[in-house]
Amino acid sequence: MSVTHGTESTAGPVLGPVPPEATEATGGSGPAPAAMAAVIDAARAVLPPDSLIEDHIRLRTYECDGLAHYRVTPALVVLPETAEQVAAVVRACSEHGVPFVARGSGTGLSGGALPRADGVLIVTSKMRAIREIRAEDQRAVVEPGVINLDVTRAATPAGYYYAPDPSSQQICSIGGNLAENSGGAHCLKYGFTTNHVMGAQFVTPQGGIVELGGLAPDAPGYDLLGAVVGSEGTLGIATAVTVRLVRLPEDVRTLLAGFRSTDDAGAATSAIIGAGIVPAAIEMMDALAIEAAEAATHCDYPAGAGAVLVVEIDGARAEVEHELAEVERLCRENGAFEMRVATDPAERALIWKGRKSAFAAVGRISPDYIVQDGVIPRTALPEVLRAIAELSSSSGVRVANVFHAGDGNLHPLVLFDDAVEGAGEAAEKVSGAILDLCISHGGSITGEHGVGIDKAAYMPRMFSAEDLDTMQLVRCAFDPGGVANPGKVFPTPRLCGEVPGRRRGAHPLVEAGLAEAF
Amino acid sequence: MSAPALDVGAARTALAAACDDVAEAGPADAVDGVATALVARPASTAEVAEVLRAAAAAGLTVVARGAGTKLTWGRPPERADLVVDLARLAAVQDHAAGDLIVDVQAGTPLAAVQEAVASAGQRLALDDPLGGATVGGTLATNLSGPRRVAFGTARDLLIGVTLVRADGVVAKAGGRVVKNVAGYDLGKLIVGSFGTLGVVTEAVFRLHPLPAARRLVTARFDRPEEAQRLVQGVLSGQVVPAAVEVDWPAEGPGTVSVLLEGIEAGVAGRTATTRQLLGAGAEEGDLTDGWGAFPWAGAARRATAFKTTFALSGLARVLATARTAAAEAGVPLELRGSAGAGVLYGALPADAGPSAVGSVVARLRAECSALGGALVILDAPAEVKAAVDTWGPVPALDLMHRVKEQFDPERRLAPGRFVGGI
Repeated sequence: MSVTHGTESTAGPVLGPVPPEATEATGGSGPAPAAMAAVIDAARAVLPPDSLIEDHIRLRTYECDGLAHYRVTPALVVLPETAEQVAAVVRACSEHGVPFVARGSGTGLSGGALPRADGVLIVTSKMRAIREIRAEDQRAVVEPGVINLDVTRAATPAGYYYAPDPSSQQICSIGGNLAENSGGAHCLKYGFTTNHVMGAQFVTPQGGIVELGGLAPDAPGYDLLGAVVGSEGTLGIATAVTVRLVRLPEDVRTLLAGFRSTDDAGAATSAIIGAGIVPAAIEMMDALAIEAAEAATHCDYPAGAGAVLVVEIDGARAEVEHELAEVERLCRENGAFEMRVATDPAERALIWKGRKSAFAAVGRISPDYIVQDGVIPRTALPEVLRAIAELSSSSGVRVANVFHAGDGNLHPLVLFDDAVEGAGEAAEKVSGAILDLCISHGGSITGEHGVGIDKAAYMPRMFSAEDLDTMQLVRCAFDPGGVANPGKVFPTPRLCGEVPGRRRGAHPLVEAGLAEAF
Repeated sequence: MSAPALDVGAARTALAAACDDVAEAGPADAVDGVATALVARPASTAEVAEVLRAAAAAGLTVVARGAGTKLTWGRPPERADLVVDLARLAAVQDHAAGDLIVDVQAGTPLAAVQEAVASAGQRLALDDPLGGATVGGTLATNLSGPRRVAFGTARDLLIGVTLVRADGVVAKAGGRVVKNVAGYDLGKLIVGSFGTLGVVTEAVFRLHPLPAARRLVTARFDRPEEAQRLVQGVLSGQVVPAAVEVDWPAEGPGTVSVLLEGIEAGVAGRTATTRQLLGAGAEEGDLTDGWGAFPWAGAARRATAFKTTFALSGLARVLATARTAAAEAGVPLELRGSAGAGVLYGALPADAGPSAVGSVVARLRAECSALGGALVILDAPAEVKAAVDTWGPVPALDLMHRVKEQFDPERRLAPGRFVGGI
């Protein structure tokens, strides 16, 4: 969950319960001098002087990502321009046992790119070339620092686009998207980053450069690319990414529907899915979120609505028209009292503006807020929303709900005023309780923001010790030295030297006297 | 690896304590010609875990088996002491229609999954090109068919997985919700791993609505460049195909067929557009028996079966190289598959000898590599497998070995079946 102050979710100052900088997960109080000196020497040997940052004031520019209440100043920042430079720095880190953290645009909301005080931050912002748009192959090859939306901009003249669209798509990088398996409003129909990354040139935590996947699907061998996407920088760093391009749809229609309550809007969502329609997006906002969006963007959402749905249908024209009519009918049957269909791109943009600005807009109605990210089975929506409302009323902490209703991905915004003593703690408590609700309904602690440093402690609530141990077998295979973004994702690191999962004590068969014969 | 002699009786006793259905294997239980000693049929994930723990204690090599439709794919295992047959793990455990997900056991036939979810107007958008495949076997081989153009493959539809490790530890990854980025996506690693990392016992998939209507539009082509022009026309058009297949027989013209699915009004319009894209000779109809089957389907004897992948714009080169290479080797080669996804399967007859197969494979493999793809032999007569490189060059093999080493350090799960001797 990200805590934000004011209206900008990516650049807020420190606030609230500031965690101590010197923990094991963030690199203690700083680097081992000799090891870091060796890494700095190695970096100087391959990088031009302006690609190294050692000055403390400038280092502080990189002390957090979009989860701004965790701050750690890295020991060194490097801004490589080539895979070979990345590999050389990583190799030095590996040899000297110095942790490294990769960072794209730093928009992540779970602290995945939080630096280590004892480590190197490898920033990909100088790797911004779109190398190829291959329309005939439905692929683009881009460097990791390329901005998500720039891929679409480059592909649009050829009739294609890059489908995953996190709401930060104007600033977030493809490398960061790969690390986080980023989603977005349209992944209901089109899937996530993992469904759109076809290949990567990848620097392993020991500094080797490998090719995973490529232009063609189904590369022989283990799907290491599938394991790497979404691994939050703990398995290495992508230095080039081959993505799938999707044909721009023939038609796109966007509907805004006002409902009296979230129950009605939820029922309409279920009816749409139940009718066999897969919209490109179904987004819901509750009254408090609407109030905030109205205050910030004057998006002119239906007055008096307890909830709005934004439903987008895209595809071939005949289908779009038919499905839009169906969606309108189902919304009306489930209590929509006002509906508006965008007839041109400007109207469409206005409808989306209210939704996409919702996080920042909450700053208009609350000095501080936590952005939560949890997932529930979509059918549990009414029940979970009621439970959140109860949590809110019993604790006195206001919660605005904005979410991807189609796939059950909730983004409750937990509002508080940090100037009020204890308010931050109360908000954290409600935010955590919402995650527990998600888990108890068979959902997930994160749908798209990642685990990072923020939710590592929640992992054991969702996964057993055996599950986490098994996941970390992959980490041990890639990064036996534990230098790639340590302290993220997993609450407890696995010692890779251990022989995995050997029996403790006597096997039951041995005890039963059956196994002597082996 | 010199295998210690197996004490079958002792092993059987040990396994019997773990599972009530353990039998000595017969000739039909051999795995790609490798004799196996025992077959266990556990009935639950817990029992699979017990069986694998007992197998670990006894040092048994293990091959998991579903319906056995692809058990000869890949290299023959070095040893296969124990077959873990998942036929009793065949329950559709939960179909949450409102959430568009299904939770199934690994031994469930795909057809049974489809039947269970169809009642709610839904489907698991995975084809069953061989017929009779189970969920587990489909995952192990990353089996796919024509509809991958629209829906991707098992890796794109699997949202949660339960597996039993070689040491008997049960682990889950993913979950029951479509959108979920908590933890590593072990499902991706398991899909296509040929049973070398663990035994999958349960899987959760996302579902899609069943389409109300479908049409197939087919056109003939004579030259590879024509095929590519037609396929590119469809892909860059606005017809949103569910499948774009190409069939390129050993001789004579080939066909491009485009499957359109959706609501009636939409399919009618897109069918008309597709006919225009495919030209005057295009015909429309419904799916016929055998459409989307692999080109070796129906072969009386075991053919050489392979899979090629390539960048989409390389279709013409692959088709042309296939004919040239086959003609020079003096063998008939048929290619068929998902040209719209850059995947074509090839079949050479059972009597094509190792040298002919080897020369066709080498030529076509080089072409696919140059086009960003690969050629892997899925199945072949024993003498061909013995002589021809099954997997071809595999990038990042060292990392793959290290993954294997972590999951199965004793190399007891289908040893030797996968890439690089994994």
